[in-house]
Amino acid sequence: MHPAASIIAFTTLSGMGFGLLAFLGVGLPRVEGFNAFIFFAVAFALAAGGLVFSTFHLGHPERALKAFTQWRTSWLSREGWASVITLGVMGLFAAALIFFGLRIAPLGWLGALACIATVYITSMIYASIKTVPRWAHWSTNAMFIGYSLSGGALLSGEVNAAIILLAATGIGQFLVWQAGDARFAASGSTAETATGLGHIGKVRLFEAPHSEGNYLTKEMVFVIARKHAIKLRIIALVLAFAAPIVMLLLPFNHIVAAIAVLSHLCGVLVSRWLFFAEAEHTVSLYYGRQAA
Amino acid sequence: MTDLPASTQKKLGLVIDLDTCVGCHACVTSCKGWNTENYGAPLSDKNAYGADPVGSFLNRIHSFEVQPKTGPAQTIHFPKSCLHCEDAPCVTVCPTGASYKRVEDGIVLVNETDCIGCGLCAWACPYGAREMDPVEKVMKKCTLCVDRIYNENLPEEDRQPACVRTCPAGARHFGDLGDPNSDVSMLVAERGGFDLMPEQGTKPVNKYLPPRPKDQDIDVLAPFLEPVADSPKGFLGWLDKTLEKL
Repeated sequence: MHPAASIIAFTTLSGMGFGLLAFLGVGLPRVEGFNAFIFFAVAFALAAGGLVFSTFHLGHPERALKAFTQWRTSWLSREGWASVITLGVMGLFAAALIFFGLRIAPLGWLGALACIATVYITSMIYASIKTVPRWAHWSTNAMFIGYSLSGGALLSGEVNAAIILLAATGIGQFLVWQAGDARFAASGSTAETATGLGHIGKVRLFEAPHSEGNYLTKEMVFVIARKHAIKLRIIALVLAFAAPIVMLLLPFNHIVAAIAVLSHLCGVLVSRWLFFAEAEHTVSLYYGRQAA
Repeated sequence: MTDLPASTQKKLGLVIDLDTCVGCHACVTSCKGWNTENYGAPLSDKNAYGADPVGSFLNRIHSFEVQPKTGPAQTIHFPKSCLHCEDAPCVTVCPTGASYKRVEDGIVLVNETDCIGCGLCAWACPYGAREMDPVEKVMKKCTLCVDRIYNENLPEEDRQPACVRTCPAGARHFGDLGDPNSDVSMLVAERGGFDLMPEQGTKPVNKYLPPRPKDQDIDVLAPFLEPVADSPKGFLGWLDKTLEKL
C-alpha cells in the first residue's frame, strides 16, 4: 500500500496524543494547575493535530463532516465519532482540573478508556480490510494500542511503565513482522484464484492493461526492496524502543528524556511507513506482483 | 446508507466469456467514452500526451499466460470491471454513505456529491474495480451504464452497458443473474461460469466463463500432410547410409 505521509503522521501523532491523554486521565502523573495545562496542551495538540493531518488525505476535505453519518457499518465513520467524544470527555476533565482545581476521577477513567477505544477503532480501519492479509489480524489492533500506550507513558514521564510498555511493544512488533510476512501466502488468494484460471495451469501476467501507472498501481501495488525493509525494521526497533529504553534507564534528565521522545517518534514514523509500504493488497495479483 | 440490502429484487450484472474475448480493448474505449460524456464527473486523463500519463478507467483488460502441466501455454485476455458483489466490502467501509448498493437491481453506485475521496472503498475492493479520478478527486466505478439500461430515449438495442453493446466478439453479456431462467443465468449454468477470488467472500454477481478446452489435434488436415516417404531413396538414401557407416 502507498505510504501516504498524511496518514502516517495522523496515526503516529494522534496515537501518541491519545496515549498521553489516557495516562493523564488516570492521574499518571498527578499534575495540577499550569503543569497540567502544559501536559494537556501537548496531548490535545498531538491528538487533534493528527486528526487534522488525516483530512489532508481526502480528495474533498470540505465534505469531511459527512463522514459522521455511516457509523453503523464504517470504522472510519466510527473513528470520527470516537475521536470527537473522547476529546470532549478529556476536554471536560482537563478544564475542571486546570481551571477549577477539581479532579473528577471517574470522568478521567472514562476518558482513558475512551482513548484506548479510539485507538482500537482507528486500528480497525486497517484490521477490517480483508484485501490486505497482513493487516486483517488482531495483532494490528494490539500494535496500535501498544504504540499508543508506550508513547503515552514516555510523554507522561512514567519511567517504569514506559520501559515495560516499550519493551513489550518492541518485542510484539518484531513478532508481528515475522508473522505478517507469511500472511498473504496463507490467505489463499493467488493469481489462479484471482483469475479463476487455476484449473488450466499456472497463471502469469502476459501483458498489463496499461503501459503507465494508474491509481491502483500507485495506491495498492506499492513495492519496496526487501533488503531495505529489513534495514528499516532494525532502524525502527532501535529508534522507537531500544534507544528510549536505554535512555530511561539512565539517571533522569530533561534533555535525555526529550531525546528519548524524539527518538521514539522517529522510530514510530519509520515503523508506520513500513506498516503501509509492506502491506500487500490482493489487486497486486492482477498485476503480476505475487507476494513473496 | 451503507448497510447492504438483505436481498435485491434483481441482480443485474455481466457475464464475460474468456473463451471469446480477443483482447481488443474496444470495451475499454467505449466505456471511457460513454462514462466521460454522461452520468457523473468525466473520466479524466492527466498529462495525456506527456511522459507520465495517468487516467481513470472503469474497465481494464489484462492478458494472462496460463501454462498447463503439459502442452503449450495459452494466452487469455481478461476484462475486469466492478463485479457488483452481493456482499460488497466497498459499500460498508464508506464513511459518508456515498457508496451504496441499489435494492431494485443490485447495482453498486457512488453518489459523487457525497464522496470525500478518502479511498477506503478502493482499499476494500479485492479486484481493483474502483479508481480515484485524478482531477475530480472522487471515486469512480462501473455503473453498469445505469444511464443507458433504463434510458427510453435510446433505441431498445442500445439499452445495455456500452461495453456489452460494443464488443465485436460477443464476449460480454448483460442480464439479471438473480433470475435462474434469464439468458445470462442459463449461459453461466451451461458453461460453468465462476466467481473471481471466491475466498474473499464478496459473492460477486458478475461471472466469468472459462476458456473451452483446446483441441488435441491442432488441424484436421494435418494427417494428410504428413511426409509420404519416411526414409530417403536414391542418391540421398545412399548418402544417408554411407554417412551412418562412418
